[in-house]
Amino acid sequence: MRQTVEPILEISDLQTHFFTKAGILRAVDGVSFEIGAGEIVGLVGESGSGKSITGFSIIGLVDSPGEIIGGTIKFKGEDLNDLSNEQMQHVRGNRIAMIFQDPMMTLNPVLRIETQMIEAIQAHDNKISREDARIRSRDALGLVGISSPDERLRAYPHQFSGGMRQRVSIAIAMLNRPDLIIADEPTTALDVTIQGQVISEMQKLCRETKTALLWITHDLAVIAGIADRVCVMYAGRIVEQGLVANTIANPLHPYTRGLMGSVPSQNQRGKPLQQINGMVPSMLSLPRGCAFQNRCSYVTEKCSSGRPDITHLSDERQVRCFNVSEVPKL
Amino acid sequence: MSAPSQTQNASLPASGLRKFWSDFSESPTAVIALFVFLLILFIAIFAPWVSPSDPYDLTSVDIMNSRLPPGSEDFSGNFYLLGTDGAGRDMLSAIFYGLRVSLGVGALSGFVALIIGAALGLSAAYFGGRFETITMRIVDIQLSFPSILMALIILAAFGKGVEKTIIALILVQWAYYARAARASALVEKNKEYVEAAHCLALGNKRIILSHIAPNCMAPLIVVGTLQTAHAISLEATLSFLGLGLPITEPSLGLLIGNGFEYMYSGDFWISIFPGVALLITIVSINLVGDQLRDMFNPRLQK
Amino acid sequence: MTAFILRRSLQSIIVLFVMSVIVFVGVNLVGDPVDMLINPESDQAEIDRVIRDLGLDRPVSEQYWYFVVNAFQGDLGRSFIFGEPALKLIIQRMPATMELALFSLLMAVVFGIPLGIYAGLKPNSKVSKTIMAGSILGFSMPTFWVGIILIMFFSVSLGWLPSTGRGEVATYLGITSSIFTLDGLSHIFLPAFNLALFKLSSVIRLARAGTREVILQDYIKFARAKGVAESRVVRVHLLKNIMIPVITIIGLEFGSLIAFSTVTETVFAWPGMGKLIIDSIYNLDRPVVVAYLMIIVVIFVTLNLIVDILYSVLDPRVRIKGVS
Repeated sequence: MRQTVEPILEISDLQTHFFTKAGILRAVDGVSFEIGAGEIVGLVGESGSGKSITGFSIIGLVDSPGEIIGGTIKFKGEDLNDLSNEQMQHVRGNRIAMIFQDPMMTLNPVLRIETQMIEAIQAHDNKISREDARIRSRDALGLVGISSPDERLRAYPHQFSGGMRQRVSIAIAMLNRPDLIIADEPTTALDVTIQGQVISEMQKLCRETKTALLWITHDLAVIAGIADRVCVMYAGRIVEQGLVANTIANPLHPYTRGLMGSVPSQNQRGKPLQQINGMVPSMLSLPRGCAFQNRCSYVTEKCSSGRPDITHLSDERQVRCFNVSEVPKL
Repeated sequence: MSAPSQTQNASLPASGLRKFWSDFSESPTAVIALFVFLLILFIAIFAPWVSPSDPYDLTSVDIMNSRLPPGSEDFSGNFYLLGTDGAGRDMLSAIFYGLRVSLGVGALSGFVALIIGAALGLSAAYFGGRFETITMRIVDIQLSFPSILMALIILAAFGKGVEKTIIALILVQWAYYARAARASALVEKNKEYVEAAHCLALGNKRIILSHIAPNCMAPLIVVGTLQTAHAISLEATLSFLGLGLPITEPSLGLLIGNGFEYMYSGDFWISIFPGVALLITIVSINLVGDQLRDMFNPRLQK
Repeated sequence: MTAFILRRSLQSIIVLFVMSVIVFVGVNLVGDPVDMLINPESDQAEIDRVIRDLGLDRPVSEQYWYFVVNAFQGDLGRSFIFGEPALKLIIQRMPATMELALFSLLMAVVFGIPLGIYAGLKPNSKVSKTIMAGSILGFSMPTFWVGIILIMFFSVSLGWLPSTGRGEVATYLGITSSIFTLDGLSHIFLPAFNLALFKLSSVIRLARAGTREVILQDYIKFARAKGVAESRVVRVHLLKNIMIPVITIIGLEFGSLIAFSTVTETVFAWPGMGKLIIDSIYNLDRPVVVAYLMIIVVIFVTLNLIVDILYSVLDPRVRIKGVS
């Protein structure tokens, strides 16, 4: 079933490569997916799979020596790659906002919270007065559940706990009512109890404001709780995508299966957790053919012959595996 | 960063020296600097043979030839590439002899300071306790005063002279070596091979000298290179101020000082050329030292 | 906190004591004190009288005691050359030195921080490489020789700026300084630049290192992700973070500027206390030398104490660790 809403973000064949001394590192190598308006999409993968680089590619903040060398990132019909630096600056934080992984590091330690919030508003609205921007900031803090926001505005980041800081980051991301928020592992650095709160609040806010959300994580369990659709990334490519319910109930790619197996769950209590054999291959020396072949339990000769193409199983379900039909159902 | 060096190691499983050179030659600037320094060292050592004339042989110096501009010839056909000074000496020769004095004083004081500093620093790390506290306290205090001030205090008390200048330079420098030696010895001290040496009941002296000290050499060499440059600069400054070496041991600083008064009348070469020689010397040593520091220990900071 | 300040102050007093002993022993025991402390032109009766007056016939400990007692009363002896109290001579010259040191500190910061930030932001550009090469050069060039070059270019060849003296001074808000007159400014420019160059290199290196570290931080990326203009990212987010270490170290090194001003003052005939000490060492005017050394040690110890205390206020970790 194709989603009914217009896609707000269409990424097709995105390639972001890092030109290092040791060779070209293809961190993102032909990634394509879409996000509909107000939709929540999860992007799952191990560290080094290129999921964060995909996020940074969208807002045009790939650090050197990385470079977007191919593909299109269409946001509301306009290719972000074609925008000038200045135009891109007006998209960032305004139409597309981002939340980072470590709340301890994302807020500038020597600036007051209000400074860091007001500048985010004034960067995109040169007419708004400081006082009005301050009021908006205060309301945003209130919205994410920070008590006595008026006083907290005057505080410095170190006066907040980790969870509170991440709430501040979320408030900052929400300030300009963006169409899309990219959240790069926003709960990984938080305590488990706080994690749950932040996730459900984030979900609620996005639903209420109809903001699309790209949630990047290594944790499939988180995705199960928050997202509409999921994209599973491995070695710079998306190996499987589909609606969350279908994908989790019936993972088709061997890698997705491996990820599912390593999530503890109620049903399998007492059984040993499965794990994916072997190590993430070095991105500089990927095997010929399917990148997952060395760790795959269903590997065949075909897997080393060439790179598998995407198999469209239905409108929303895609898998990148030669042996989709041979992999037994769970 | 680590990946390329690993591939290099794999393709070049060479001797330690070859590895050292391949690391060192990663910076072309440092290689050039090293060759320049070796050339300067050669000139300094063989000054009497490579100089056009002996500037301190009174029979060959004629006051009539004083302050000739660079590229002049005198009446007897002697050519002065860099001109002559106020007493009619050939500047080029004076600079060659000056390099000899400057490098000699710098190297000697650096070497003695290294021995004293390293001995104290290593012992402080090894024995710890009150000895370490007191030694490092003195080091801290001394390093909180700039070297020029320490040198002035010492020279004001002792008066000027060759050996007094060298003593002053040693007293100024030892603390840097002591600090570096202690820092790396503290790391080495807890390594297994030292424990092994303890188990063999080797004497303290033997453990320090033949086990810990060799492994602390790298940072000491780095500090040594940079400190020698610093010592040469400091000696030049003191001699320029007339507080360092006496007129009988004309270092570069003294040559520059002698030329200073002529500069207002436009005879720039008497001051400038020895200064250029001094600068090239110091810069080449510093560049070599910088590269060594990057190679050995990126964390080591002066 | 109070305990830290007390302990640190006690240490400063010990350092002061040790330094005073070193200076005293240096001047009075190494070499012949009669030679050093008595005007060489005096006759025998005069010498005997002074030996008695100075108590040189007494035990060393007693001599030191009198030295300290007199020092506390502000009496550090009388200059042989000027015939005036040494302390007074030095205090008279102190403003000129302070003015020179402060002005060059300002120059080092004003030029050094932008250059260092630029070199840190674009480490591979030609300009940055030039800046860094220049800083190695500046780091290597002996101060006195740079002074000579500056005089040669700007005073002798071009004739743009004067090379000696302090020029005209004016008093403003109770402070008498050269920087309040145009003539004074033209006089202070070269020596201050000379002295600044020495610190400029280290400010550039510090600012560059700070920039390279801070620019990789998430909060910089987050600021960019908010759509904040690059100029504001540098001016506000980056600058504020690198200023703390730069200012701390600069403050710590102010003392070394005063020490190195001895060289600059000699080259540019700047009438400060640095030139006075060099002249006095040269002229064997021992009381002035002793007075200068004692004063500069006091300045240094105080400066270090203040910086340490300030630093411990800024950084709680220092307090916990105590002193190391």
